[in-house]
Amino acid sequence: MAAFVALLPLLPLLGAFLNGIVAVLCRSGLREVPKALVSLIGVGLPLGAFGLTLLLFSLAKNPAEGISTAPLWTWIAFDDFAAHVAFKVDRLSLTLSLVVTGVGSLIHLYSVGYMSHDKGFARYFSYLNLFLFSMLVLVLAGNLPLMFVGWEGVGLCSYLLIGFWFEDPAKAYAGKKAFIVNRIGDLGFLLGMFVLYTVLVKKGVASPHGLLSFDILQQYRTELSGVATLACLLLFTGAVGKSAQIPLYVWLPDAMAGPTPVSALIHAATMVTAGIYMIARLHFLYTLSPVAMEVVAVIGASTAFFAATIGLVQRDIKKVLAYSTVSQLGYMFLALGVGAFSAAIFHLVTHAFFKACLFLGSGSVIHALSGEQDIWKMGGLRKRMPVTFATFFMATLAIVGLFPFAGFFSKDAILFQTFATNHKILWGVGFVTAGLTAFYMSRLLTVVFLGSNRTEKEKLAHLHESPLSMTIPLILLGLLSLGGGWMAIPEALHGGDHFFKWLAPLFPYEHFFDLLEAAGHGLELLFSVVTLLWVFHLGLITMILYAQKPAIMDRLAGRFRRLHKILEEKYYLDEIYNFLVVRSIESFSRVVLWRFHDEKVVDGLLVHGSAETVGLMGRTLNLLQTGVVQNYALFFIVGVIFLIACVIL
Amino acid sequence: MITLGHYVMLSALLFIIGVAGVLTRRNAIVILMSIELMLNASNLAFVAFSRFHGLLEGQVISFFVIALAAAEATVGLAIVVAIFRKQGTIDLGHFKFLRG
Repeated sequence: MAAFVALLPLLPLLGAFLNGIVAVLCRSGLREVPKALVSLIGVGLPLGAFGLTLLLFSLAKNPAEGISTAPLWTWIAFDDFAAHVAFKVDRLSLTLSLVVTGVGSLIHLYSVGYMSHDKGFARYFSYLNLFLFSMLVLVLAGNLPLMFVGWEGVGLCSYLLIGFWFEDPAKAYAGKKAFIVNRIGDLGFLLGMFVLYTVLVKKGVASPHGLLSFDILQQYRTELSGVATLACLLLFTGAVGKSAQIPLYVWLPDAMAGPTPVSALIHAATMVTAGIYMIARLHFLYTLSPVAMEVVAVIGASTAFFAATIGLVQRDIKKVLAYSTVSQLGYMFLALGVGAFSAAIFHLVTHAFFKACLFLGSGSVIHALSGEQDIWKMGGLRKRMPVTFATFFMATLAIVGLFPFAGFFSKDAILFQTFATNHKILWGVGFVTAGLTAFYMSRLLTVVFLGSNRTEKEKLAHLHESPLSMTIPLILLGLLSLGGGWMAIPEALHGGDHFFKWLAPLFPYEHFFDLLEAAGHGLELLFSVVTLLWVFHLGLITMILYAQKPAIMDRLAGRFRRLHKILEEKYYLDEIYNFLVVRSIESFSRVVLWRFHDEKVVDGLLVHGSAETVGLMGRTLNLLQTGVVQNYALFFIVGVIFLIACVIL
Repeated sequence: MITLGHYVMLSALLFIIGVAGVLTRRNAIVILMSIELMLNASNLAFVAFSRFHGLLEGQVISFFVIALAAAEATVGLAIVVAIFRKQGTIDLGHFKFLRG
């Protein structure tokens, strides 16, 4: 078993290594990139990892508590601190591994078609496989330090892939922004780890498996209750950075500069959910601190709402989806915050299906239109790209939350549990946000695929449906968007709640089933129906308006011009950050660090200062050198007399 | 009665006069002469010691010194002549080539 677990992340690492070699060999342009070979390595090894995950899944089905592998080797050891490379396979990490390798493999396959014309073909696959490796380390890690390795690894790959086309300064800048914003969060993560470690040491806990392993943390959770709020909030800062929540979400929309499959894989389906996963993994800590839980829920709900409002007016097809991702991640944090851990994970899984599908669909459109991303220059693509349209449509229905698509079940579970745990205001926010989701997704779908075409003539000429390597993943993800939610059909609809029951042993503090019993199926059903009707009608109205009477929407935008402008400019948050953070740091750096410390102290006092001192000494001694031999003789004789005097006296 | 002390005193006196000449005079030839004076002061001391102690080494060394002094005077005078040809003066106050 343990050998299988270790092999799982190693497969993509091998792929990254091999393709990296190919990329280096072909860099000089002497040789053509062997695309078939690169594709075989780049797609084959993730598929292998997926196969292995399925095998693990079938092997590990029975023990509910999961398997922690013995430390494979010791990574850091000094005094009483130890960090081991050890993996933990339980139902939670298996679920995530299935999503990462499954959806990941599909996106790798899709990339073969999408990136086929790109110079950096081998480099791209190398990075993408490296990402998969890091993500698997993150998910399977048995302790916090190892998880942090994966955490940083995915951050690195995200940076590399956002700035994949590094010759364009704007794209390189977007990569840097993502990296730097994430560093702020990572600081919180590190501090959180330090707090946990310090407390455990002070309480005299000792363990050969390393104090920060999840099993040990869970075992000694009562010892940690004193600092739970502090530690949880610090760790949550890390999650806020990685999962793009208020106030650190600004990097995610810019991350759309990377290739579209990257947006689908990293910035929708996997890496950005790392924060959700981390909190779910540490649920036993979070449940100790009601304050931290409240903070998580409020941040989640407000992010869901604000990101959705920005999404309403965006013109860039990928930006709409990016804000939608931020918003959906907010839902997941809302679920975590109200203690609905399994609902959050469930939404994570279904979101991975439909958002990957949406991004890949948008990539297909962008690919067909030779790089056009402005939705107002699209339209009427329904007939020309039937497969893309059909899958995009299914995924849209899923994200909006229509029965019986995947999003319906997961979003409903979140909303119901939010209400049932007495968070009525947060439920209201979530409910309104569901309507906003319906609005912006219907708008996107209508403007891009329905109505008449507004594309420029020369781009229209190469308009074509995408190749098979791209449509197959689309179809599979479309089907998953349709059926992905059926693993948790609620009992109210005569289903089995399988997904929740499967995760239930992991989250013993979750009261989902108690809530159900207390509220009764009737209330749950009522909530489902209300939400369904709300999003259905809002979506339908939006579609009709945008398809039939776009003038009305323009007039509406005109009437609320100021609001519209604020939304278009994303609440000016980038500008505010620029003013408050970037500019102040810049001016501090310029005035104090550069002009004063560097130029005056380092250059002036130390570098030039030491040279000047030596020079001054030289010039002083220079005065003794008159060039008159007699003076020298005088010095000589004075010296001799002095020496003789010394000897005699 | 003339003792060793008298010779040594005279030798020291001559040596000091030589040193003073080297340090104070500007004329290169006078300086060379002062150097001769210092050499001869030492010769006097050597010979005096040799005589009073009944040892021959002092007298031998004084011959060496005389030979060296002759060689030195030749080279020194040649340099002085060369400098005079180039500069038209042998006043050492004018020669500051070694100035830093």
